[in-house]
Amino acid sequence: MHLIKSPIVGTYYSSPSPEAEPFVVVGARVDAGQTLCIIEAMKLMNEIESDVAGEVVQILVENGHPVEYGEPLFGIRTQGKK
Amino acid sequence: MFKKILIANRGEIALRILSACKELGVRTVAIYSEADRHALHVRFADEAVCIGPPRSADSYLNIPHVISAAEITDVDAIHPGYGFLSENANFAEVCEASHVAFIGPSPDVIRMMGEKDRARAEMAAAGLPVIPGSAGVVPDESAAKDVAAEVGLPLMIKAAEGGGGRGMRVVRTKKELIPAFQTARAEAEQAFGSPNVYMEKLIEHPRHIEFQVLGDRHGNVIHLGERECTLQRRHQKVLEESPSTVLDPATRERVGKQVIEALRKVGYSSAGTVEFLRDVTGELYFIEMNARIQVEHPVTEMVTQVDLVKSQIRLAAGERLEDVVGPFEFHGHAIECRINAEDPETFRPSPGRITAFRVPGGPGVRVDTAAYADAVIPPYYDSLVAKLVTHGRDRAEAIVRMEGALDGFVVEGIKTTIPLHKRILAEPDFKAGKFDTHFLDRLTATAGK
Repeated sequence: MHLIKSPIVGTYYSSPSPEAEPFVVVGARVDAGQTLCIIEAMKLMNEIESDVAGEVVQILVENGHPVEYGEPLFGIRTQGKK
Repeated sequence: MFKKILIANRGEIALRILSACKELGVRTVAIYSEADRHALHVRFADEAVCIGPPRSADSYLNIPHVISAAEITDVDAIHPGYGFLSENANFAEVCEASHVAFIGPSPDVIRMMGEKDRARAEMAAAGLPVIPGSAGVVPDESAAKDVAAEVGLPLMIKAAEGGGGRGMRVVRTKKELIPAFQTARAEAEQAFGSPNVYMEKLIEHPRHIEFQVLGDRHGNVIHLGERECTLQRRHQKVLEESPSTVLDPATRERVGKQVIEALRKVGYSSAGTVEFLRDVTGELYFIEMNARIQVEHPVTEMVTQVDLVKSQIRLAAGERLEDVVGPFEFHGHAIECRINAEDPETFRPSPGRITAFRVPGGPGVRVDTAAYADAVIPPYYDSLVAKLVTHGRDRAEAIVRMEGALDGFVVEGIKTTIPLHKRILAEPDFKAGKFDTHFLDRLTATAGK
């Protein structure tokens, strides 16, 4: 399984805005380059993209929680790989 | 007083700041790179945030990551330690903009002291003696020739954005001047991002004497005596002591007053160190100011019993100098040996896993270290393993305590400069207090022969 880890320090948000639907849910298929979440740092919203294509099998952080550098965010099962 | 402080540093100084915070009842946040996951400052802090991969540029120097860590942990102040972002005026401004207090001088003062030619000009205007030299940046070859004619040879070409012993070139003959000027500018651009250089007369056989200062946010400044840091290798300090063996009380008082006056004029607050070179006639000349707490601060703490780091925090919180540092006296003599993870003869870095670690103790012995048995000294940061500091009623006692402490300091698994320090202390000229800044280079040139 491929882990997506946070490349920055900040606050994790699962949706583009408070009232909107989350970017992804468990079971969603994603493409490489697709936005998975937002991490807010210093008042800037940074879109975090998947670097692989596959299925989201784990969401490891809760909306609104702080994340540190390297913190695991998502588990993605990639096509045809373990 | 602050409720929570983020320590924007690592290693022994992070632990030092942690202690001060604990004593003041302030909660602590440690930041760390992936290489420092098992570091003591991470273990001992109340909270910890990983801020990047091992390289300093991506972690400890990464302003957005550091500020972001401060935001998510909701701290009200940041202590930058020494090195890293401690003299980065831009970082101090970003802290202010993020409503986090920066424990240090104001951004403007940091900027002033960081531009070495400007610091020189401002301190000269404020009444401090400076080495004869250019009024500011030397803009071109023609100006360089003019300055050389006025100041005489030999002289030093120094990077305006340099400091800490880096970006300096010696010129001894007229022929060398222009090539050295051009090379110095190229090197300065490479190393510091600006080709600007200034020039100063070269003081031969100098001794390095620095004054420790503290200032509050109400315009008050004091000094806490001097440290002698003459023993340097390639412009990096190796051993420091207080008081200096060559500074007489009259000069100490006169220069001390000048330092206080000059710093009051520029509105200096927090801790800082004003550095001088002393020539063979005993004259002191200002060279630069370090607007931060310094590595060798324990030497001053031992002779004054003033806690400089706690003082910094209290002064940053707005307390007045007279309340933070009451009356104090100078007692005895203190020496610090910087123990680095380096081969004691070749000075090649020796990172790796420490397999045995035993620190000395007893009366008048202090060890500031983040190392421990089984710790890994990473290759990404400076090589300081420990600061070994001794205090005695006089210099002789401080020396004999240091000899014993060095003998009792066991570090295995990596090489350290402990043998070098033993050699220094055994030198008759060191014991007699007779040395200049070339002493160590001469001593180490004969090593291994």
